Amino acid sequence: MEHAKLNPELVSLVQQWKGKEGNLIMILHEIQNHHGYVPRELSLELSRMLDVPLARIYEVVTFYNFFKLTPPGKHRIALCMGTACYLRGAAVILEEIKNILGIKEGQTTKDGLFYLDVVRCLGCCGLAPVVMIDNKVYGKVKKSEVADILSKYIKEE
Amino acid sequence: MAKIIKAKINGILLRVEEGTTILEAAKRVQIKIPTLCKHPDLPPSASCGICIVKNRGSHKMLRSCCTPLDEGMDIVTHDPEIVEIRRTVIELILSNHPNDCLKCARNNQCELQELTADFGIKEESFPQFLRDLPIDTSTRAVDLDPKKCILCGRCVHVCQELQDVWALSFLERGMKTRISPAGDIQLADSPCVKCGQCSAHCPTGAFVEQDHTAQAWKGLQDPDKYCVVQIAPAVRVSIGEAFGYTGKNFTKKLYALLRRLGFHAVFDTSFAADVTIMEEASEFEERLLHGNRPLPLITSCCPSWVDFMEKFYPDMIEHFSSCKSPHEILGVLSKTYYAEKNKIDPSKIFMVSIMPCTSKKYEITRNDEMSASGFQDIDAVLCTRELVRMIKQAGIDFDSLPDEECDSILGEYAGAGVIFGSTGGVMEAALRTAHYFVTGRELKNVKFESVRGLKGVKETEIEIDGKKLRIAIAHGLGNVEYILNKVRDAKLNNKEMPYHFIEVMACPGGCVGGGGQPYMVTDELRIKRAQALYEDDDQKQVRCSHQNPYIKRIYKEFLGKPLSEKSEKLLHTNYKARPVYVK
Repeated sequence: MEHAKLNPELVSLVQQWKGKEGNLIMILHEIQNHHGYVPRELSLELSRMLDVPLARIYEVVTFYNFFKLTPPGKHRIALCMGTACYLRGAAVILEEIKNILGIKEGQTTKDGLFYLDVVRCLGCCGLAPVVMIDNKVYGKVKKSEVADILSKYIKEE
Repeated sequence: MAKIIKAKINGILLRVEEGTTILEAAKRVQIKIPTLCKHPDLPPSASCGICIVKNRGSHKMLRSCCTPLDEGMDIVTHDPEIVEIRRTVIELILSNHPNDCLKCARNNQCELQELTADFGIKEESFPQFLRDLPIDTSTRAVDLDPKKCILCGRCVHVCQELQDVWALSFLERGMKTRISPAGDIQLADSPCVKCGQCSAHCPTGAFVEQDHTAQAWKGLQDPDKYCVVQIAPAVRVSIGEAFGYTGKNFTKKLYALLRRLGFHAVFDTSFAADVTIMEEASEFEERLLHGNRPLPLITSCCPSWVDFMEKFYPDMIEHFSSCKSPHEILGVLSKTYYAEKNKIDPSKIFMVSIMPCTSKKYEITRNDEMSASGFQDIDAVLCTRELVRMIKQAGIDFDSLPDEECDSILGEYAGAGVIFGSTGGVMEAALRTAHYFVTGRELKNVKFESVRGLKGVKETEIEIDGKKLRIAIAHGLGNVEYILNKVRDAKLNNKEMPYHFIEVMACPGGCVGGGGQPYMVTDELRIKRAQALYEDDDQKQVRCSHQNPYIKRIYKEFLGKPLSEKSEKLLHTNYKARPVYVK
């Protein structure tokens, strides 16, 4: 089997952390930071280099929300499901986004444009329900506005 | 001496050694605290919460499986509050468990179902929350239905710790936690070696053997087929458990039973085990006396062990006996030797193996060598649990079946052949014959006590003709590493080999503890099953494979001699390194 290789920095990182307690999470952090997700080939490579079973690596990767297994989209949609947003209809907004983009939370659209994340509180409950795309916050979002908001990013392409 | 703890359970004063759990202590005063995630083979995972108890004066609920009894404790194991909490725990588990007991392979044998019945739960108290997860049938041996998993963690512990295979793990967390093959792939692409210990330990129907009874019935109904069956050593001493007997040998009843199921010829895998010994002991003799291939010789009867070796220790291939496993040998001899002698068209033979094992289901199409005669050695493999179902479907009254004899010419076995079912058995059988091959003299005492028993790794020295042979035996794949690392180390550093001969069986206890055997096995039961095999051996006139008259006959009439060209073609196989992760 052919595998994508870890870049030299990661190899030296693996060497540095090999055999040390807690090494797996440290290395996975670096991979995630570098690639934006943890590619399967790198998990396999890591499994061989550290002599840690793939099962263990996936236990860790899927346990922590921070780690992703699929490439992030160009734009990250963060939909707030905190109490205020939830009460003001975030669930409806979420459904609408899912319908338009054809993905579930935690997934990236086929064209790689959007990644959909559900988060707890973006710190602007007064604007509930809130959607944040990249660093731009959209407040008091109505179901009917969702398509318009998304189309801006699609048009940019 | 461990400190002695004095405490009360349900008002009964008792003294136990420090460190004894409340659950264990309660058993000693005839109190059975209900459990679900706890299995006697495994340390407590404390995941289900069924076994909670109270210490009088405190409202805190303690999990008795993992809480040691402490000095002065006054434990209450059953009161209305505790019973109510246990009921709620079961109701919560049921709320994300599919309600399809009637159609489940574990119907009537499910630990969750039993608790539900015991607690009289008759309605859904919580809304159903079901996960949409696909069934994995990729291994052809063990099927995984993750929807039925109750997250007790038994299979994960068995697969990771006992077997050191790491094919299984829990993924994600909280409500989303699910059982999955390593790295979220199909089981067949994972390190899984098909040992089926997950299915033997699962309390529900999340892991079950792939059911091949329909295939067997179809073969039996086909008027064109000549149906041949064989039973493995370990099946005869476990099948009784389904009918209320433990540690009893039902060899002769099984012969009668299989005839009544409609098989035309009933053979015994123990006979083929004798053939295995002839071949394997000859390989050992060759390596020991002529050094044409390296020692140690490693046994190859266990397909899960073979799979494990091909994935994790391919550097050991040159040490492996090239012998096929006994049931494959019986299959190929049925379709060649037996077919020729009885003028049966081998293409018409439908060959079924009754095995204690899920892995044999995988083995029958493992590589081309499994069809070396031009016909697939074995057509279907049923494990003990499947045979039990067939007996019930056929309406056969097991208890009052008469004893019958096995069919000639692939049935009569030496004592050596039947002890294959227990850890150390293959080694003992091989040593009996190897001694004769090497020295030309028969053993006075054929018993090798030091290779028997349930110790995970058994190392011993045996003298043949003044030469000390170092022997190692492992059962439970987690015990292999210790032995093989020593061999690796010796190879790497050009040191003297630590062993001459190694036996490995994937399942704890060997085949008596196989993944396809009746549920709820404990070490106590493994010992009883093995004991029944050793008794069979004791009662046999012929104890050594090379003395078996039918073995002499088959070599004279058909095979020539061990390791002859014909033997090599039909009875031997080859191995190759396989990737641990296919995807």
